[in-house]
Amino acid sequence: MKTFAELKFPGRLIAVEGLDGSGKSTQIYLLKRWLQLQGLKVFFSEWNSSELVKSATSKGKKRELLTPTTFSLIHATDFADRYERQLVPLLRAGYIVLCDRYAFTAFARDTVRGCPPAWVRAIYSFAAMPDLTFFFKADLEVSLQRILDSRPELKFFEAGMDLRLSRDPYESFRVFQGRILEQYLAMSREFNFLEMDANQAIEAQQSVVRELVASRLNLSAFASPSS
Amino acid sequence: MPTPENTHPSPPPQIHLKRNARRRIRVPIHTPKRFYGFGIPGLDVNKLVGKLIVVEGADGSGRSTQLARLVEWLEGCGHATIQVGLKLSTLVSEELEKAKEGNVLSHTTMSLFYATDFADQLENIILPALRAGYMVLADRYIYTLMARDMARDMDEAWLRNLYGIALVPDTVFYLNVSAEQLVQRNFAKNQTLDYWESGMDLGLSRDWFDSFVKYQALMAAQFKRLQTSYGFTMVDGNRSPDAINADLRRKIEQLLIGK
Repeated sequence: MKTFAELKFPGRLIAVEGLDGSGKSTQIYLLKRWLQLQGLKVFFSEWNSSELVKSATSKGKKRELLTPTTFSLIHATDFADRYERQLVPLLRAGYIVLCDRYAFTAFARDTVRGCPPAWVRAIYSFAAMPDLTFFFKADLEVSLQRILDSRPELKFFEAGMDLRLSRDPYESFRVFQGRILEQYLAMSREFNFLEMDANQAIEAQQSVVRELVASRLNLSAFASPSS
Repeated sequence: MPTPENTHPSPPPQIHLKRNARRRIRVPIHTPKRFYGFGIPGLDVNKLVGKLIVVEGADGSGRSTQLARLVEWLEGCGHATIQVGLKLSTLVSEELEKAKEGNVLSHTTMSLFYATDFADQLENIILPALRAGYMVLADRYIYTLMARDMARDMDEAWLRNLYGIALVPDTVFYLNVSAEQLVQRNFAKNQTLDYWESGMDLGLSRDWFDSFVKYQALMAAQFKRLQTSYGFTMVDGNRSPDAINADLRRKIEQLLIGK
């Protein structure tokens, strides 16, 4: 599987991955601000955010209608919609596209839910690989604490309650997140994840992120025409 | 309410059954089932005792007429039936309808949307009904979805993996009707051609009639291609409904006795 650079796209795609509560969204937000303030062409896209697909996903989640297969397919639909209508055109136009989660989220989650890994990967095979993937690796307890401190009400699928791991949503969430972390760690080398120590201070992590982006990308090539 | 005069229990009325009505209802012979590919995680195919019968064909090929007759016949024979089709799932059918109206989705997205709809029906309707021993009659199945996508240049290997979740039906009929016949039947029914059934999104022609004929030929070619690997029973749909139905029944009768 090739990256956008290898496919000769003028744009570059940077993805962040990690558990809920690993701090990845904060880091990609700060990266976006830094790039924007330099007057570069930047676009940010979030997992599970396509307008059209969203209503079906939220209906499925609210009514707890989703099975591992439909959960996987509906997220793939959402991803395909964003990929083909936004990401690819912007990458063709020479943008730096930042993605909060990419196909690896599906690889990890759907596999934990029992979908065959080869099936999931083949479904996402229409998508090229990110040019850089940051993996925010925090201790499981740290991620859990961040989520549990701020948002005590866990949603059904978020807590992995569909897996019937435990009747207690908190216990279920712990086990579920632990299994996802195992999946991420197993994929790390295969997909060249840039592993970040997410137990560190926000600023310390952001300096590493910025350094890596500046060294891997020729940033001046992405200047916005208006600046 | 019984009146005081006739509170004595009367003998049960004598039931006179017609000769053929007294015939024992045949329990279909169980034949092993399998998925095309990876299937549905954690599902035991050995528990699927019903039969899955699929009727494929273009709009106007007579699918619904044939299915209605099959339901009547099967129920008359004492089999519980259930009908399924495409784009009827509670999960995404509304969103799919919206997407088609706006014509805003890319092919991959549309394809995955339909696959989600199919998976939802497979898991929530088809598989439970088969476990309960129903005759499941499907008005189209994955082949229409695959043929549509292949006509739009989607990768066949990708589609095969995607639809590896599907259960292999006990039998698949393809009602083969010439494009000229289809045009006539569509006009007789609606006086107008459907945007999608005419493949207008493909830009084959600006003329709807022209596009319809070209698109149906393209679809027929995809079905032919799929036929070689998925092995449908090709049925000449240009004949009378009676003649076609007789064919279908013969094949289904064989199926019920495990052949």
